Amino acid sequence: MTDARLPDSAPARRWSWTDPALRSAVIQVSLAILLIWMAWSFFANAQANLARQGIASGFGFLDNSAGFGITQTLIPYSESMSYGRAFLVGLLNTLLVAVLGIILATVIGFLVGVARLSENVVIRALASAYVEVTRNLPPLFQILFWYLAVLATMPNPRQGWAFGLQPLLQSLANGAASIGLSPLADGLRSLAGDVSGPGVFLSNRGLVVPRPVFEADFNIIFGVLVVGIIAAWIVKRWAHVRREKTGQPFPTFWVGLALVLGPAIIAGFVLGWPMTFEKPELRGFNFAGGVRIIPEFVALLVALSVYTAGFIAEIVRAGILAVSKGQTEAAKSLGMRSGPTMRLIIIPQAMRVIVPPLTSQYLNLTKNSTLGVAVGYPDLFAVFAGTTLNQTGQAIEIIAMTMAVYLTISILTSMLMGWYNKRVALVER
Amino acid sequence: METRTVAFVAPPELRPQEPAPANTRGAIGWARAHLFGSVGQVLLTLLGIFVVYAVVPPLLKFFVFEAVWTGTGRDDCLPEKIGRPVGACWPFIWAKWNQILYGFYPAAERWRVNTVYLMGALLLAPLLFPKLPFKRLNALAFFGIYPVIAFVLLTGGDLDMRTFLLGWTGLDFGLASFAGLRVGFWLQFILVALIAAGIGMLVCPFFGGERGSVAKSILKVFAVLGVILLVVDLDFGLEPVETRQWGGLLVTLVIAVTGITVSLPFGILLALGRRSDYPLVKYASIIFIEFWRGVPLITVLFFATYMLPLFLPGRFTIDGLLRALVGVALFASAYMAEVVRGGLQAIPKGQYEGAMALGLRSGFMMRLVVLPQALKLVIPGIVNNFIGLFKDTTLVLIVSIFDLLGILRASFTDPAWATPTTLFTGFGFAGIVYFVFCYGMSRYSMALEKRLDRSHRH
Repeated sequence: MTDARLPDSAPARRWSWTDPALRSAVIQVSLAILLIWMAWSFFANAQANLARQGIASGFGFLDNSAGFGITQTLIPYSESMSYGRAFLVGLLNTLLVAVLGIILATVIGFLVGVARLSENVVIRALASAYVEVTRNLPPLFQILFWYLAVLATMPNPRQGWAFGLQPLLQSLANGAASIGLSPLADGLRSLAGDVSGPGVFLSNRGLVVPRPVFEADFNIIFGVLVVGIIAAWIVKRWAHVRREKTGQPFPTFWVGLALVLGPAIIAGFVLGWPMTFEKPELRGFNFAGGVRIIPEFVALLVALSVYTAGFIAEIVRAGILAVSKGQTEAAKSLGMRSGPTMRLIIIPQAMRVIVPPLTSQYLNLTKNSTLGVAVGYPDLFAVFAGTTLNQTGQAIEIIAMTMAVYLTISILTSMLMGWYNKRVALVER
Repeated sequence: METRTVAFVAPPELRPQEPAPANTRGAIGWARAHLFGSVGQVLLTLLGIFVVYAVVPPLLKFFVFEAVWTGTGRDDCLPEKIGRPVGACWPFIWAKWNQILYGFYPAAERWRVNTVYLMGALLLAPLLFPKLPFKRLNALAFFGIYPVIAFVLLTGGDLDMRTFLLGWTGLDFGLASFAGLRVGFWLQFILVALIAAGIGMLVCPFFGGERGSVAKSILKVFAVLGVILLVVDLDFGLEPVETRQWGGLLVTLVIAVTGITVSLPFGILLALGRRSDYPLVKYASIIFIEFWRGVPLITVLFFATYMLPLFLPGRFTIDGLLRALVGVALFASAYMAEVVRGGLQAIPKGQYEGAMALGLRSGFMMRLVVLPQALKLVIPGIVNNFIGLFKDTTLVLIVSIFDLLGILRASFTDPAWATPTTLFTGFGFAGIVYFVFCYGMSRYSMALEKRLDRSHRH
């Protein structure tokens, strides 16, 4: 019986125009040639153009004296310092507004997002209105609005608004007087006289707040605080292990809070509060002392937080809705109340849906902080790509450095995101 | 044997069904569930009502009841001149109306902008309703023909084109011109078309095509390109208007529409490139996309304004608006690529395999099977991209191009209209315009999403 045998080896491949390997090689080599040619011609053109304009390329300019002032500096800076220092000042200003904006936007966004799911129709409608209005107005519009229409139209420092204990007591006294309780009003007034000046001023010069002054002994309190944090972490680990073993719950949050704050407060008492506040005072037409938060910063921070919070609210809402209703019902049937259900069942599962788009909103906020240049907030972009570029004309180096900073932030964030996603991903069989 | 039956359930006739308790029904029940369920609820409701009370009446008072609606100058909007409190000063907007719509476009030529607005509206409106027929033709008219006509109308056309890709050879056919067309340019164009067709015939076996049909389709592409070039090259006798004179809503719409129109083809190419099997193509696409998505738009605009001119041969001078458009197009293409990629990923693998089983080559598979489905899926995403781009057009004011917001901001400083409420009126008006556009588009995108979703549910 003879059977048709399969050939031992495939027939030798003949040369073909449509051979996938050949095609792949040809396409990739042509693309490589095209890209190299583009890069080379950009390079050659740039060199020729720079030579004609008499601009020396390179990063040497970073050591030159900047010669311009910056209205908000987190590290010591003066006009005689270098462009490199100005770059650092700008970068820190960008990070400051980005970090504070992210915190503020998250808080507002979560509140509004939960409010959009409220049973209460008034609250739900208000939250929806907030989301629609803030998301549909351009961020630059909002920044200009807060800067030009809100902060710039505030009264001058003399007539500005003061906040703090003294103004509060004063207004309480006025209120008491108006309803005929004059003894109480007098008492409150004399009390207000004892308190030294209001702490916080809001005017067209920005927000002025007291400056904390730390004395030498404060280091001890700081040390106690660090020890407390470590202790709280250890307790948390222990409570977790015990719960895994025995199922016994432990009020980790409250105990942790007590461990962190308690010793620090006691230490503060013992040492007699080695920290004082330097309060701002009105002198002439401006303030002396305290910390002045420039209106540009306030406008940018408020606008970015309010704008981004609208998007975060929608993300939070979608995340909570993505947790199936069976989870709530199961928690109810186990007898859990609505607070723990939300905290222990819904939110942890919703976070898996919320976090990826949330980080992209954080990135957007950081990138949108460049819009501060429109109102003169000295962030990295305004200081470096704005003023420094104007003064030195080193367009290529400066724009490349600016882009590199934002690109680094983006890449770091997305790496962090990838790590988080891997950690919380559902383990499927 | 004895059996006993026990009635576990009372038969319905024993007790009449009772209505639900009064406090869970009707208006009272609704109010209990949604407004006054508990002490906390009552407090929340009161807080909400207070917020509404604190926000809505003052806004209405400012923009409607106490507003000044007619007038000719700042005196009509000053409270001390007209003897009553003054809200919004609408005559300020009426006075700036032409600037808001056209920027500094010459008054005698504004009919051209109006024609472009009208044509755009007439072509776009039927495109938005999924039920109307001739979608393909309509899309072609809006994305293909309309931009060319709009370009000629807005700039005046009559580009003085001298060379076509062959300038570097030093080949010169003389600069004789005829009806605004340079003979040398068109001879070069025809030569390039023939060379391209020849190269196509040479390499076509490599892609498995047929010689004649490849040459024909290359020539067809050149014919279309030729018609476009001819239209922008012809002298229609329109006064040239520099883009420096454009402004207001015109610039806002030009940037947004150009951005989305250009980004669509490039975004599709980049998305396909990102899913390519060739590593170089794939990584080049990924780097391009992630680079532009990772940097803020304003740095892209600065790149296009200050850095791009350095990268081009010295004899090129690029118009300011065109630079901004290049920046916006790069930026929008990267974002569009990610939207399209989402659509491509949503197409089930069976579609690819089915197309391959039918023997379609990858180009045909993409064009005939995958892309039509994927693009339909991502229409809402494209609209959302457009909303983002529309909001982002405001950024051009930082590179001194006066869009809608830029024009209004500039007119706040006009002493002829310096009143206490000018600023708020301007912000109110700009806010209303942006809100109407963006909110309208987002509603449209949501409706579309619902519609598309239903058609895919089996």
